[in-house]
Amino acid sequence: MNANNWSERKALAGAVLEIDVRNHAGVMSHVVGLFSRRAYNLEGILVMPVGAGEQSRVWLKVIEDARLTQMIKQVEKLEDVLAVRRHGADHAVFERIEEFFRAA
Amino acid sequence: MSPSQPPASSTPQPETLSGAQIVVRLLERQGITTVAGIPGGAILPFYDALSESRSIHHVLARHEQGAGFMAQGMARATGRPAVCLASSGPGATNLLTAIADAKLDSIPLVAITGQVPQAMIGTDAFQEVDTYGLTIPITKHNFLVSSAEELLRVIPRAFTIAASGRPGPVLVDIPKDVQNQRIEVHEWPTPGAAEAPPAFDSAAIDAAAAMIRAAERPILYLGGGVVHSGAARQAVDLAEKAALPTVMTLMALGAMPVDHPLSLGMLGMHGARCTNFALDECDLLIAVGARFDDRATGKVAAFCPGARIIHIDIDPSELDKIKTAHVGIAGDVSAVLQALLPRVHAMPRTAWLARVARLKADHPLQTPGIDDVRSHYGLIAATAAALDDEATVATDVGQHQMWVAQAYPLRRPRQWLTSGGLGTMGFGVPAAIGAALAEPQRTVVCFTGDGSILMNIQELVTAAEEGVNLKIVLMNNASLGLVYQQQSMFYGKRTFASKFQAVPDFIRLAEACGIRAVDLDATQAPGAALTAALRTPGPCLIHASIDRDQKVYPMVPPGAANKEMIGG
Ligand SMILES: Cc1ncc(C[n+]2csc(CCOP(=O)(O)OP(=O)(O)O)c2C)c(N)n1
Repeated sequence: MNANNWSERKALAGAVLEIDVRNHAGVMSHVVGLFSRRAYNLEGILVMPVGAGEQSRVWLKVIEDARLTQMIKQVEKLEDVLAVRRHGADHAVFERIEEFFRAA
Repeated sequence: MSPSQPPASSTPQPETLSGAQIVVRLLERQGITTVAGIPGGAILPFYDALSESRSIHHVLARHEQGAGFMAQGMARATGRPAVCLASSGPGATNLLTAIADAKLDSIPLVAITGQVPQAMIGTDAFQEVDTYGLTIPITKHNFLVSSAEELLRVIPRAFTIAASGRPGPVLVDIPKDVQNQRIEVHEWPTPGAAEAPPAFDSAAIDAAAAMIRAAERPILYLGGGVVHSGAARQAVDLAEKAALPTVMTLMALGAMPVDHPLSLGMLGMHGARCTNFALDECDLLIAVGARFDDRATGKVAAFCPGARIIHIDIDPSELDKIKTAHVGIAGDVSAVLQALLPRVHAMPRTAWLARVARLKADHPLQTPGIDDVRSHYGLIAATAAALDDEATVATDVGQHQMWVAQAYPLRRPRQWLTSGGLGTMGFGVPAAIGAALAEPQRTVVCFTGDGSILMNIQELVTAAEEGVNLKIVLMNNASLGLVYQQQSMFYGKRTFASKFQAVPDFIRLAEACGIRAVDLDATQAPGAALTAALRTPGPCLIHASIDRDQKVYPMVPPGAANKEMIGG
């Protein structure tokens, strides 16, 4: 948690959360706010609509600490969250888009 | 919900109505009969429609925070969602404290705010604030409505969310153009009601029953969830059947009558010594609708150090949040206790009950001066003696709140209205007005301090206007007593910014607001004057000076273990 530079953070155990939500203007604020108000950094955020666009899928990359289980329970409580799935840090979703995030 | 609520119904022929009229109709169908609020530009279409309602009484608060706490008072007294209203901008920001307070105490509230027209959102229009953004962290859920059509879904849903599971506040922000938009309504939705609670794990119930059977020194720990779930009866039944000494959080007071032989009263920072000592010795803690709040637990690592834990709560995120439970049951506490009762064996538990009786005898709550009406405990006891269990008791926040929590003989769930989680000064008077509006047959007494009452003093005018049966007992110590106490005890007696230089003449202040006032300082027979004031219908302020140097004892110093109490 106190590892502040990026290489140190990368070395910490991570997790990827896959969250199905209703697609509307406020839903990202609801999800992200749960983390920011606990000073829990989100290392990566991806979101796109799925299917006809009624729903979106949010992918979050986080560093695992003792609060993660509680965070997942809090996310599950949100009215517009339909499902939360937890994956390991090596999930392909963030690895595949890494090429768009290379330092210039 | 009340049986009078109509089901979904198609209208004989479609009606063309504005968004504002639709909201009013939905509130009527919801069974709402009293709302509190203050109008302003962005909510005027709604107010115009509300003026036509024959079943909804609007209470004009004098500050939106007052309106929010009045709605809270209605909801706390009845258990049903209540409604407050405010305009955009400052109206909405003034509501925030009451909404945050409802969130922390799990009170079902539906706050409806006006917003600038959609075309102006994001332009820094007059009285525009991001009400939606501001209320995300302090509501259970919130909505920014974008069409009149949407209201037909959102308003019932707001009531459903507020009342379901762990209750909480919901905010609905309605832009002015949505209030004015006219649409044809073909069908009315079913009013929102609490959803059926989720099923719980039956194997866990067996495990819990086995733990209760095996325990030698169990304690039942009741929280506000017991009151919210209507489970007080089941909780007392369980305690009696399994011979469980019982502690209550501030929010649970009234769930078990204080004078019940198994009651140990309130635990935690200002609990009696016997209560915190008994917890320290227990080998099983059965937490029911309680959330291990820091004011209840003290230093968590030292809370019930030798105990295994059963934790029952409707909110799964409360389980294992502060203390890891050996058996955690996510479920409605009323249903879970109902299922647990037949599986628990009746047992005498003689040794443990004898030990608890010994602790009670050796370390009871000290209430010096309880026979003297001019002392703080005496004033509380005399007030209780003049009333019966039908009275509702509200408080503000401070020493007076803790003294009342310790010494008022609360015996009925929903008898007790206090701001627990947020600890908001200014809660008392408007919440008590709300309770009196919701249950006009009761006497509502509000204990307050000279600091707290000034935070929503303007609502005395509302109390006068509504003629509510409210008795305000003002315990005047010319200070922010609880702050003064902390500075006296933990900041080297540097009592800075906690003594009032100027104290208003509260008698004349109340009278100026249109309320009767009785000054116990000015009479030779304060007991008789108090009783007469309490028994005369209508709003009244009862003023009594008390000693600034009285402390709330015992007190667990911040950060210390509960057994390290000072005083008492
Ligand atoms: C809105 C708000 N501001 C500040 C506080 C901090 N605070 C807690 S108790 C207290 C003093 C309360 O004084 P009073 O209402 O006179 O009650 P007393 O403690 O004297 O009985 C203060 C300032 C608070 N709880 N709420």
